[in-house]
Amino acid sequence: MKSFLDSWGLTLATFLPVVGVAIMLVIPKAEEQLHKVVALVTSLAVGVMGVLLFTNFAYTASPRYPQGSGDFQFVIDKAWITFINSHYHLALDGISLPLLALTMLVVPLCIIYSWNHFPEPHNPKAFLILVLILETGMIGTFLAEDLILFFVFFELVLFPMYFLIGIWGGEQRQYASIKFFLYTLFGSALMIVSFLALYFLAPVSIDGQVVHTFDMQLLSVGARTLSTTAGILIFGGMFMGFGIKVPIFPFHTWLPDAHTQAPTVGSVILAAVLLKLGTYGFVRIAVPILPVAARTWAPYIGALAVIGIIYGALCCLAQTDMKRLIAFSSVAHMGYVMLGIASLTTFGINAAVFGMVAHGLITGMLFFLAGSVKERYHTLEIKRLGGMLTSMPHLGWILGITTMASLGLPGLAGFWGEFPAILSAWQANVANVGLFRGYMVVAAIGTVLAAGYLLWLYQRAAFGTPPEEFANDSHLHDVTVLEWVAWLPMLVGIVVLGFFPNLIFKVTDPAVITHVISHVVPVGD
Amino acid sequence: MLAQLSSTTWEAPPVDYHALAPGIVLVGVIVVMILVDLFAPRGAKGALSSLAGIGLLGAAIPVITLAIDGTPRVLFGGAYVVDQFTLVLTGLFLLTGYIVVLMSTNVIAEGDYWEGEYYILVLSSVLGMMVMASTRDLIGIFVALELLSIPAYMLATWRKRDLKGNEAGLKYYLMGVFASAIMLYGMSLIYGFTGTTVLTEIGAKVGGDLGDSKAMVTLAIVFVLVGFGFKVSAVPFHTWAPDTYEGAPTPITAFLSTASKAAGFVALLELIFVGFYGRHDVFEPLMWALAAATMTVGNLIALRQTNVVRMLAYSGIAQAGYILAPFAVAGSSASVGVGALKAIVTYLVIYVIMNLGAFAVVIAVARKTRSAEITSFGGLFQYAPGLAVCMGIFLASLAGIPPMGGWFAKFVIFGSLVAPGTIQGYALAVLVGVNSVIAAFYYLRVVREMFMEDAPDGDLAPIRVPASISIALVLTVTITLIYGVLPGVVAHFTDSVNLVTLGR
Repeated sequence: MKSFLDSWGLTLATFLPVVGVAIMLVIPKAEEQLHKVVALVTSLAVGVMGVLLFTNFAYTASPRYPQGSGDFQFVIDKAWITFINSHYHLALDGISLPLLALTMLVVPLCIIYSWNHFPEPHNPKAFLILVLILETGMIGTFLAEDLILFFVFFELVLFPMYFLIGIWGGEQRQYASIKFFLYTLFGSALMIVSFLALYFLAPVSIDGQVVHTFDMQLLSVGARTLSTTAGILIFGGMFMGFGIKVPIFPFHTWLPDAHTQAPTVGSVILAAVLLKLGTYGFVRIAVPILPVAARTWAPYIGALAVIGIIYGALCCLAQTDMKRLIAFSSVAHMGYVMLGIASLTTFGINAAVFGMVAHGLITGMLFFLAGSVKERYHTLEIKRLGGMLTSMPHLGWILGITTMASLGLPGLAGFWGEFPAILSAWQANVANVGLFRGYMVVAAIGTVLAAGYLLWLYQRAAFGTPPEEFANDSHLHDVTVLEWVAWLPMLVGIVVLGFFPNLIFKVTDPAVITHVISHVVPVGD
Repeated sequence: MLAQLSSTTWEAPPVDYHALAPGIVLVGVIVVMILVDLFAPRGAKGALSSLAGIGLLGAAIPVITLAIDGTPRVLFGGAYVVDQFTLVLTGLFLLTGYIVVLMSTNVIAEGDYWEGEYYILVLSSVLGMMVMASTRDLIGIFVALELLSIPAYMLATWRKRDLKGNEAGLKYYLMGVFASAIMLYGMSLIYGFTGTTVLTEIGAKVGGDLGDSKAMVTLAIVFVLVGFGFKVSAVPFHTWAPDTYEGAPTPITAFLSTASKAAGFVALLELIFVGFYGRHDVFEPLMWALAAATMTVGNLIALRQTNVVRMLAYSGIAQAGYILAPFAVAGSSASVGVGALKAIVTYLVIYVIMNLGAFAVVIAVARKTRSAEITSFGGLFQYAPGLAVCMGIFLASLAGIPPMGGWFAKFVIFGSLVAPGTIQGYALAVLVGVNSVIAAFYYLRVVREMFMEDAPDGDLAPIRVPASISIALVLTVTITLIYGVLPGVVAHFTDSVNLVTLGR
C-alpha cells in the first residue's frame, strides 16, 4: 500500500476527477441521474484516495521522514517539459495537507447539495463536469512543486469557474464572470513573467552543475543569489498574481460580483478553495523563494491586509443582500490570513493556514445557507427575511452557529484563524515592529466590526416574527435530508477544529518551520 | 561578354534527390491534378479534393524519411538547405495544406466554384511555402514568396461575382506587389553591397565592418524586413488583412492567416537569423516597435469587431505581434538567439493549428447560419455542443489558457523575452501580458455567445458537420490539447531547430 501510494497516490488524487469527466463525456446528456452518480462516485473516490493518503502520511518524525509533516511525502518527480527543465513534481506536506483535505471534502458536498436543485439552465452533465475539472485544478495546485505545473493547475480552474458563473449565475452573470476571468488572467500573466525571471536570474547549482529550474524547493535555496532589486520586482509580479486571487484590497472588486452572481455551488467552491490558491501561493512560493523581498513587501501587504479587514467590514455593514454581505466578509477574513503571512513568523503563518481552512469551512457553509435561503424565499434582501428561527428552526440554528464561527467565537474554527493572526503581528519578523503593532490594533477593531455585521445579519434574518409575505409560503420548509448530508460534515469540522485546533496546527507547524520560516532570516541578522 | 559566358563550361551541381523529394512529389501531384482536371467530366471534379489531400500526405512521406535520416543536407552552395528547421516547417505547411483541403471540400463543391483550379492553386502555394522553408538565398526567398503569393491572390478573389471577394483579391494583390517591390529594392541594395545572394555569405559581410555603407545596409535591411512585415500583417502594414480575410472564401482565409503568415515568418527567421543577425542594432529596435504596435493595435481593433472572421483576422494580427516579439531581443547573445528562434517556431506551429481549428468551426457553423456574425454563434452549445466545445478549446488556446496548447506558445514567448534580462525584454513581456488580457476579452465574447446566450430566432436545428471538417477538427483539437498537456512531446520536434550560423 505504502509503495503504491508513494508512486501513484498523488497522481490519482489529482487526475481521478478527469477520469470521471471522461466517463461522463460519453454518457448521453439525458441520463441525468447517471451523471450525478458518476460525479459523486468520482469525487468520493478522490476522497477515499485522500483518506488513504492522510492515514499513511507520517505526521511525526520517523526514520524516513525526520521532520514528520515537515517533510515532503509521496513525492513524484518526473521530467515533463525537458527543454525548460520543468518537472511533473507533486508532493504533500503539512501545509498542503489541510488544504487538500478541505478541497476533497467540499467538492463531494457540493455535488450532494446540488443533487436535486441544479440552477437554471439545469444541464447537470455540463455542470458536474466543470465541478470535477475544478477539483483537478485545485488539488493539483496544492500539490505542485514545480512553478510551471503550479501555473497550469492555477489557470485550469479559470475556465470552469467562468462557465459556472456565466451560465448558471444570477442576473449579472456575464459581467461578473468576465470580470473574474480578466482580473485573474491579468494577475497570472504577471505571475508567469515573474516565474520566468526567477528561472533565468536564479540558477541553482546541483552537484556542482549550474542549472535553471522551476522547482520550488530548489529555488527556495537557489534564489539567494538574486539581487535585492530583482527579488523585489519578481515578488511584485507574484504579488499581483496571488494577491488578485486572494483577493487583497484594492484588487478585490471582482469578488463581490463573482460571489453574488455565482450559483450556490460556485460560490461555495470559490470561497472555500479558490481564494486559498492565492494565499497558498504566498506561503508556498513567494515567501520561501523570496524571503528578503517578502521582508520588504511585508509592511505594504500588512497595510493592505488591515485596510481590507476594515474596508470589508464597513462594506458588509452597508450591504442589503445577504450573499453580497458574505462576499465582503470574505475580503475581511482573507485580510487576517494575509496579515498572518505578512508577519513572517511561524505563529502567523500557521495561523494563516488555519485561517484558510477555517474560512473555507465557515464561508463555504455561509454560502450554502445563502443558497438555501434564496431557494426558499426567492430573495436575499436581508430586510425581507426574518423570523427564521420560528419558521425554520433548524436552518436558523445552523445559520447562528455559522455566523458565530465566522465572527471568531472561541470554541469554533474561526477563532483560531483570526486570533493568532492578530497576535502574530505583535512580534512580527520585520524591520518595523511598531508598524505591525499598529496593524494589530486595527485588525482587532476589525473583529468588533465583524461581530457587528454578522450579528446584525443574524438578528435581521433569524429573529423576530416571519414577515407576512412569507407567512403561508409552502417553500419555507426546514432543512432537507440532502442539506443535512451536505452540511453536517462542514458543521462538525467547524466545531471540532474549534475545540481541537491542534489537529491542524500540529500538522502545519513542522512544515511551516522547515519550508517557510527556515528561509526567512530573523530580523537583525 | 556573351562569348565569355559561353566559353565557361557549365557543370551541373550534384543534386540530392532525397532532399528535394517532398517538393518533387508535390510538383508531380500538381501535374497529375492538372491532367485529371483537363480530362475529367464536369461532375467528377470532386475527386480532385481527395487527390490533393492524398498528394499532400504523400509529400509528407519523404519529410518523414528525411527526419529519420536526420543529417542536415546543404545543396547548391548553401542556397538550399534541408535541416531540422526545414523539416519541421515543411511538415507544418503540408499539414496545414491538408487541413485546408479538408475544410474546403464541401464549401467549394457546394458553392459551385472551380474545383480543379482551386486545389491546384492551393497546392502550388504550399509548394512555395516548402521552398521558403528550405531556401537560404535571397533569390530563392523571392521566388518562394511569389510562388506562394500569386496563387493566394487568385484564391482570395475566388468568389468572383461577389463584390467583397473582388475587394479582397485586389487589395491583397496590390498590397502584396507593393511589398514585394519594396523588398526587392532592399534585396538589390544588399546584393550590391555584398555581391552575393546566399544568406550565410551575406551574414558574414553584413555582420562585419560596414564602413561608409552602414546607412545603405541599414536601409536595405529595413526595406526587406518591412516587405515581410506586409506578409505577416504587422501593424502598420496590416490594413489589407481584415478586408481580404472577410472577402475570401473562409477556407482560404484560414489558409492566408495561418500558412501564408507562417511562411512570411519563416522568411523573416531566415533573413534575420542567417542574414542579418550581426546587425541586431538595426532589426532589434525595428522589431520591438513592430511587435509592440502589432499586438496592441491588433487587439484593440479586434475588441470592436462584430464579425467572427474579422475578429479572427485582427486576433491574427495581434498574434503576429507576439510572434514578432522575440526578434526584438534575439540579438543579445547566441543562446538568447537560439531561444528566440525556438520560441517563434513553437508559436508558429501552435498558432497555425489552433487558428485553423477555429476557422473550421466557423465554416461548420456558417453552413447552418449562413453568417459569420458573432451573434450568429448564439446558443451554439444548445444545438451543437461538440462544435461549441471545440471552438471553446481553440479560443482558450488562442487566449493562452492552460491546458490548451496556446499557453505553452505564449510561455515560450515570455521565456525568450525574459531570458536576456534587459529592460526592453521585460517591457515587451509585460506588454504581451497586458495584451493577453485584452485578447481574452474578445475571445470570451464568442465563448459567451456560444454558451450563455440563446440561439437567434430560437432555431435549434442541429448542424450536420461533414466528415472532412470533422477530421480537420479532430486533428486540430488533438494537437492543441497534446501541445498543452504534454508540451515536451511536441517540443521535441521544435527543440532541435536551429539555423546554424548564428555567428557574429
